[in-house]
Amino acid sequence: MNLAIQVDGLAKSFGDIEAVRGVSFEVARGEVFGFLGPNGAGKTTTINMLCTLARPSGGSALVAGHDVVRERDDVRRNIGLVFQDPTLDGYLTATQNLQLHAELYGVQSRLIKPRMQQVLEMVDLWDRRDGVVSTFSGGMRRRLEIARGLMHSPRVLFLDEPTIGLDPQTRSSIWRYIRELQEAEEITIFMTTHYMDEAEFCDRIAIMDRGEIVVLDTPEALKASVGADRVRIQTEDDAAAIAALAEHFDVEAAVSEGAVTFFVTAGEEFVPRLFAELGVAIRSVSVSRPTLDDVFMNYTGSTIRDAEEDQSATRNRIMMQVMTGGGRR
Amino acid sequence: MSAVAEVIRVSVPRRSWRSELRAIKIVWKRELVRFRADRLRILTSLVQPLLFLFVLGAGLNQLSSAGTHGVDLETFIYPGILCIAVMFTAMFSAASIVWDREFGFLREMMVAPVRRSSIIIGKCLGGATVAGFQGVIVIALAGAVHVPYDPVLLLGIFALQLLLAFSITAFGVMVAVRIKQMQSFMGVMQMIVMPMFFLSGALYPVSGLPAWLAVLNRIDPLTYAVDPMRRLVFNHLDISAAASRALDPGVTWWGWRLPGLLEAAVVLALGLVMLAIAIWEFNATE
Repeated sequence: MNLAIQVDGLAKSFGDIEAVRGVSFEVARGEVFGFLGPNGAGKTTTINMLCTLARPSGGSALVAGHDVVRERDDVRRNIGLVFQDPTLDGYLTATQNLQLHAELYGVQSRLIKPRMQQVLEMVDLWDRRDGVVSTFSGGMRRRLEIARGLMHSPRVLFLDEPTIGLDPQTRSSIWRYIRELQEAEEITIFMTTHYMDEAEFCDRIAIMDRGEIVVLDTPEALKASVGADRVRIQTEDDAAAIAALAEHFDVEAAVSEGAVTFFVTAGEEFVPRLFAELGVAIRSVSVSRPTLDDVFMNYTGSTIRDAEEDQSATRNRIMMQVMTGGGRR
Repeated sequence: MSAVAEVIRVSVPRRSWRSELRAIKIVWKRELVRFRADRLRILTSLVQPLLFLFVLGAGLNQLSSAGTHGVDLETFIYPGILCIAVMFTAMFSAASIVWDREFGFLREMMVAPVRRSSIIIGKCLGGATVAGFQGVIVIALAGAVHVPYDPVLLLGIFALQLLLAFSITAFGVMVAVRIKQMQSFMGVMQMIVMPMFFLSGALYPVSGLPAWLAVLNRIDPLTYAVDPMRRLVFNHLDISAAASRALDPGVTWWGWRLPGLLEAAVVLALGLVMLAIAIWEFNATE
């Protein structure tokens, strides 16, 4: 059994809103697997189903070899979780929080102390072990949550937006822990993020949009699949520019984040022709190698930020539904 | 964190009654740790009961002295105060479920590989222990209201307090499991706690009441804790038979006076039923 996670047609709806519309994928053991997508794309709902917190309305999922519906406890014994929202007890100290977790998970008493030291040292919190959590900064709390998620040596660690709201320095140290973990503990890591630059750290990423997986591959392959450079131009008349691009160059362009954006192979050589033949005044040009942002745009038709603004309306609708009891079980 | 030393690998055992016991114990312990950390709460939750006991008691003494056959009003309402001091604290302990939900900690407990019932049972035992500790402080005041420090009496009071504390926590948890916000929980509690207190007979004898009040009094679960408490205390007082008859008439059902043990059993049974409902509700939440 070399699969850590095996998902087939997994779906979840809240009332008549389909938050996740039948996703299928597999994650190998020891892999760092990323779910990338705007807020409201269904990433958290998917994670909640995989870690047995929400019941799927369709499809099936195996985590660490166990069915998330029928073998709930077996799944729970084998996974660690770091939620998007904090779930520490602020009244307790760091060690008390870890102790509580170890007791709830039934970790052998004699191993609790050494394991605690190991995970706390890993996230650089050993010196602060007797500090009350309510006095910790946001970054320290997130690190403590990661340490706690590891207390019981899970086989799969779920991280839901582990770096959201953290400063760049803490973000990079969290990535360092994740990499160390992967080497030291042969652990599979399943994470969600909406930071493009972080998705680069994953072995493979799935791009999720509107409840569906649009594409799934390694970051390099995804970037190669775009194959083209991104050109952004600012013009006097965007609409005319888009029309001219289609007419003269057979290039499909769209306005994104205030600039006309399109993809062409060999962007640098294209720029001189652009000035010569476009026929619309150009104020500025930029050419860049494909990034995951471009991958996202290529597959979903919008940038992740545009998609987020677009989808917050849907999300509010789901929230309303849940709050008025439509989603309660 | 430099060179990764030997990894200490632990394993999570399959679920067994032992792991459930461990879970109950740690949830219980957490309530105690939190209570100790929150010293202010120990004081604030005593304010109301002590106000009733000493201010109301001393203030109304002159009015009531004609009817109490020489017993101080403070002495009379003391058993009731022993009950409500525990009740207020127990309710507050139950509120921590709402608190945990608001601050996310509930999720950490909900995904653990243990039964949800273990979490609820741990909470109820924790609430009962904390409330029992609060009760001890009120017991210590016995001398101030002319109640003797008789070991048998004190143990009896404490046992009744623990029982009441458990049932009230179960009741509070049953309500709290359904509520998502602290403010609404506090509102609901105010709406329930004060009527329960006033109807229970903590402040007046329960015989010769107007019919509507008598009915409400018999329905109020707190009545069945206050009455045996009062009987217990009055059995250890040196007062006239007339005073005892007037002040400690006992709870009657259609003229039959309920024995103290039966009343305690009513409190226990109600507590267990509410615990069962709380567990059932908690299991149903996602």
